[in-house]
Amino acid sequence: MEKEPVSLKQLFKQEFSKMVAVISKLYGLQHIEIAEDIVSETFLVAAETWDTKGLPPNPAAWLYTVAKQKTIHHFRRNKIFDEKVRPEVTARHELVEDADALNFSQENIKDSQLQMLFAVCNPAIASEAQIGLALRILCGFGIDEIAEAFLSNKETINKRLFRAKEKLRTENIKMELPPAQEITQRLDNVLHIIYLLFSEGYYSQTQNEILRQDLCVEALRLGLMLTEYDKTNLPKTNALIALMCFHASRFNARQSPEGIPVLYEAQDETLWDQSLIHQGIHFLQLSAAGNEVTSYHLEARIAYWHCRKEDTPEKWEEILQLYNSLLMINYSPSVALNRTFALYKANGQAAALIEAEKLKLENNHFYFILLGELYKNIDNKKARLNFQKAWQLAKTDTEKQGIQAQIDSIPDEHTH
Amino acid sequence: MKEFALLFRQSEYAYDKLSAEEYQHLHKNWQDWIGGIAAQGKFVNKGSRLALEGKVLKAGGVVTDGPFVEIRERLGGFIVVMADSLEEATTLAHGCPALNYSGSVEVRELMQ
Repeated sequence: MEKEPVSLKQLFKQEFSKMVAVISKLYGLQHIEIAEDIVSETFLVAAETWDTKGLPPNPAAWLYTVAKQKTIHHFRRNKIFDEKVRPEVTARHELVEDADALNFSQENIKDSQLQMLFAVCNPAIASEAQIGLALRILCGFGIDEIAEAFLSNKETINKRLFRAKEKLRTENIKMELPPAQEITQRLDNVLHIIYLLFSEGYYSQTQNEILRQDLCVEALRLGLMLTEYDKTNLPKTNALIALMCFHASRFNARQSPEGIPVLYEAQDETLWDQSLIHQGIHFLQLSAAGNEVTSYHLEARIAYWHCRKEDTPEKWEEILQLYNSLLMINYSPSVALNRTFALYKANGQAAALIEAEKLKLENNHFYFILLGELYKNIDNKKARLNFQKAWQLAKTDTEKQGIQAQIDSIPDEHTH
Repeated sequence: MKEFALLFRQSEYAYDKLSAEEYQHLHKNWQDWIGGIAAQGKFVNKGSRLALEGKVLKAGGVVTDGPFVEIRERLGGFIVVMADSLEEATTLAHGCPALNYSGSVEVRELMQ
């Protein structure tokens, strides 16, 4: 049977980050741009050659061979190698023959990528730049794609990446796993970046669904990479993966074929990806080892409950308590709103209304939607007023339409 | 914003007399109350719950066991919250489950 032909674009996504990691590992992160250039050139050659001669039997091996030749050629020819790199390389590797040292074995690719992940997620780099750099270097995203994901332009992204790479140089960041006593703390940073990458994809404003899904898939891949090493395969790593699986399972149900967002309550659960939910449950169970309860643990449990459609008091009580705990670790306005919604489901409308009035999130249209909902049938006049405020604050037409439907559904007051 | 300790005092802690459901309900009330403070972004940390047993050392080296009869309401624990003023911190204390057990909440600013 013939294998599905892979597109050059898919290959680029898969192989770019591997090759950049292996080359950077050998020659140092200060030469990461050279590594990127070499790999990009390799793909150019591939595009030209394969266009005329067709795809080779093992495209990845073909790419590795060409990249290897180009790398050796570049560093031999270039003065940088003799003046700067050779003393370091020889000191570290005791004159290993270049061709052997540049090793594209599966094992070395995996090690290099993990080390690159820790290097990119070094606390010395600002976090927005880290996400950009992670997308470029670890996920093989193009500059235009990163710009689209951030709703920014190529120039800004290029500048941001340039500064991030400069940090790699000036902070003398090495491609290596942190020492044992630092690894847990540094892992927190890595997990946070993966979480941000995922959220960028899941909640992004961009309309490009494929791009958003790509971001989520890549974040999940990076998370899974961490499970292959004992030192990084910790309960919190598993919790983060569980969280991503549960959220990702609802990806296709979140939007109608016409591209209109579908609210949770109205989602067709047959569209939820059961295999991802099962994978999530598997990692959720693994995450229960140990005593540490991180925000990923709590969020994963909440996401798990949202993968069960039935509306029982137990479910909402459990979700409410998870939100209570989450807020004690990590406050954010959206968590506060979700907590108040859970309170409404668990403790009733009147109790939730009192709590909601205390939140005072005056610039948040979701806040006024929630208030509108909670005032319904208790004080319809106030319900209407709150929905109207929400309408004014809402940013998109789709949101405004949804809010208008809520306003229209409130029965008229019989006052004089 | 300043930080304040909310100190809980109760005259009685008959937790061992509670059924499993009652205990769970009590726990929920505390979690919901603290969650409500956290939802306003005003929760700082959990402080500590204090064990019910203890000893009191007095001048002259006199050591007595609890219960501390001189203190009508025993200190049970505290949490730390954020607020602009003592008045606002006191508002946060409303709804504290200790109040349902004829207890009280003492609000004190933490000195920097």
